[in-house]
Amino acid sequence: MQMPSPSTAVLSRKAQIIERLQKVLPESAVIHTEAEVRAYECDALTAYKCPPLCAVLPATTEEVSAALKVCHELGVPVVPRGSGTSLAGGALPTADCVILGTARLNAVIETNYPDRYIRVGSGRTNLSVTGAVEDMNFFYAPDPSSQLACAIAGNVAMNSGGAHCLKYGVTTNNLLGVKMVMMDGTITDIGGAHLDAAGLDLLGLICGSEGQLGVVTEATLRILHKPEGARPVLMGFDDNEVAGACVSDIIKAGVLPVAIEFMDRPCIEATEAFAHAGYPMCEALLIVEVEGSDAEIDHQLSLINEIARRHNPVELRESKSAEESAAIWLGRKSAFGAMGQINDYMCLDGTIPVSSLPMVLRKIKDLSDHYGLKVGNVFHAGDGNMHPLILFDANKPGDLELCEQLGADILKLCVDVGGCLTGEHGVGVEKRDLMTHQFDPQDLEAQMAVKDVFDPAWLLNPAKVFPLDSSETRRIAAE
Amino acid sequence: MMTPKTEAELADAIKSAPAPLHITGGGTRDIGTPIEGAPLRTTGLTGITLYEPGALTLVAQAGTSLAEIETALDSENQRLAFEPMDHRALLQTTGTPTIGGVVAANVSGSRRISVGACRDHLLGVRYVDGQGTIIKNGGRVMKNVTGYDLVKVLAGSYGTLGVLSEISLKVLPKPETSTTLCLHDLSVTDSVSAMSAALGSPFEVTGAATVASTTYLRLEGFEASVAYRAERLRALLAGYGAITQIAHSDGETLWRDITNVQAFKDHAAVTRVSVQPSHAPKFAQALTDDSDLAMDWGGGLMWFGMRGNDAQNTDFHLKLQAMARQNGGHATLIKAPASLRSSLSVFQPENQTVAQLTSALRAKFDPRGILNPGLMT
Repeated sequence: MQMPSPSTAVLSRKAQIIERLQKVLPESAVIHTEAEVRAYECDALTAYKCPPLCAVLPATTEEVSAALKVCHELGVPVVPRGSGTSLAGGALPTADCVILGTARLNAVIETNYPDRYIRVGSGRTNLSVTGAVEDMNFFYAPDPSSQLACAIAGNVAMNSGGAHCLKYGVTTNNLLGVKMVMMDGTITDIGGAHLDAAGLDLLGLICGSEGQLGVVTEATLRILHKPEGARPVLMGFDDNEVAGACVSDIIKAGVLPVAIEFMDRPCIEATEAFAHAGYPMCEALLIVEVEGSDAEIDHQLSLINEIARRHNPVELRESKSAEESAAIWLGRKSAFGAMGQINDYMCLDGTIPVSSLPMVLRKIKDLSDHYGLKVGNVFHAGDGNMHPLILFDANKPGDLELCEQLGADILKLCVDVGGCLTGEHGVGVEKRDLMTHQFDPQDLEAQMAVKDVFDPAWLLNPAKVFPLDSSETRRIAAE
Repeated sequence: MMTPKTEAELADAIKSAPAPLHITGGGTRDIGTPIEGAPLRTTGLTGITLYEPGALTLVAQAGTSLAEIETALDSENQRLAFEPMDHRALLQTTGTPTIGGVVAANVSGSRRISVGACRDHLLGVRYVDGQGTIIKNGGRVMKNVTGYDLVKVLAGSYGTLGVLSEISLKVLPKPETSTTLCLHDLSVTDSVSAMSAALGSPFEVTGAATVASTTYLRLEGFEASVAYRAERLRALLAGYGAITQIAHSDGETLWRDITNVQAFKDHAAVTRVSVQPSHAPKFAQALTDDSDLAMDWGGGLMWFGMRGNDAQNTDFHLKLQAMARQNGGHATLIKAPASLRSSLSVFQPENQTVAQLTSALRAKFDPRGILNPGLMT
């Protein structure tokens, strides 16, 4: 994976840049010693590392504006960073960039239950948004697996999803407004506490733009009352194809589960060895969760079980209590850790049409055999968002490259069956060079033209999302 | 009149257009500032290209009639959950609504409050920009964060950024049944507070509207579940007076009329205001003897029907826009004679930064300024 070579002009002015930032920010907000900036050298895509020129941690929107103004004036690239949990390298620095961390923008600014929204600083973690409203039995719906650590800023940048978005949607469906600072320091409000855009839906454009259009400092988020209850059913099948057909039948039947999670045999085996969740040893396992009152849950689960029985499950285990629910979820929630126990792994994030699930799983198996690397599949089956986990050995020379090739082949496969490269993690640097497989040059041009509008100098997170040769003329023109 | 039959023909028509175009789908939504331009209709681009009920996805050419799509969905017991508004009664237009028109105007009905707007169900688009270039964005899967989400900005852009050629949508199963609770003769403040209580409950209210002093709350789902939630909701709202109930079949007509703002079909002018619900009572203070109010989305969507003369209606609309500027939200003049719409801001004027971004975006999508120019002003 390539990154553009750092600008020597910027590197040579390092002292001046730090000094200017120190003038407009509190002392503790500018991090520049070699040891300290190392904390920002990578995000959760740890295969790639590069310490930034420096990092700033503004505590107010005005400080963000002041920092960006300095960087804009001096022509310094800025990489915005939430909590640094991106699996796509969305917050990977370059040596000539300033990391702008949102961690200190973490206040709850306003909660409004009658109007069902909360306004928070963008550095606040996803789970602590729910934490701020759960006394009133409300919650913030998008629930990425990293929700304990990940920041709303990153959620907005990547349009994050989660296990429950089959029912509640992803970030963009739950975001009402933002306060954003443009690269030149201009502060603007987009959207608000009302539901739709006055003119063009700029909010929809900003959500998922991977920190390339502006730095979001505050977000107004929709909150919902918690359901009365939720319970899953676990079902095992001796054939992936049958499990796939069962998912499709459940959806068609008019039951809308809040989550449908899928694990294949390699994943089940790893998980059992690690978490001892008591899962059946079979080819495919589904966890289907529904919500409502006890009676409503019983009714929906009985419909789901009836459908499942038509597909001859090897196991059908309905939760009757909170303990049983936790036991069913235990394995799924430990799946990534379990795979990590065996080896290093790379987590992919392609989406496919649900109908091609069995075929895609077969082809992934073929590819896995071809490359000689094991792949476990654990994913959100209801919406076709797959997370193939490729196991490799980072200490074995060439294994990472092999793993990346296999990953690329799997993602291309997702595109070829009518899906996409990334369902919820974002493009970052990880899938940047595969974008031409999904998009034609004119499609990418239309997207880059949007960045031209918001950030004409291409200073915000410039080396992400778009293949480097596609964005080269723009990045060079800006220098 | 240009009516291209294929996406390539559409691209040619735009590429070779010497002057501004007036782009429409079925022509049932005469919304915005009236514009001049050579008529271009998308009604020649028809047909459902893909429908996978098990994946909850449907792809159709932009000119496909909404009726054709709804019939196809109905046969699988599915629907467009965002409940697109039909503007024909309100605007007294004729013609056939198209799916492209629904998306271009981002029209969503009462259920928007619980399931999201048209833009939230829009998975992907193909469109032709102002230079005649064919561009795709999004796709046909429910979770997709690959590249910028141009899909969202195309929705509700009224053909001013590009002409849609293909639409990909998320669809949802139809519920088994529904029921509607009715609360009577509440003040605006009380009806908003009742709707907020209902929407803030765990009972999954899928419609909360107030028309002609009746407040309606809709519940949908499996029969036993609907009955259970109706009972719980009645208990929750006991303090708001007597509650009556409307059964599923009557409810369907009722909610169609609410979504389509049928109540104001004879009003001379209608302004649509989007606000945070608790601000609704403040906006309602603008009401005069010559105006009426209907609310949807729990009070977050306010329809002001005006019965005054042009001068009075102009003042009223501008007053609502001034209130929106002050309190947040926005006001759009959805219905008025063309002459009136030409003389004022139909859409809410935006703050300076947003206005600059908007016009710079337009210049990128449509550098020659030929796609419905000036419609969204």
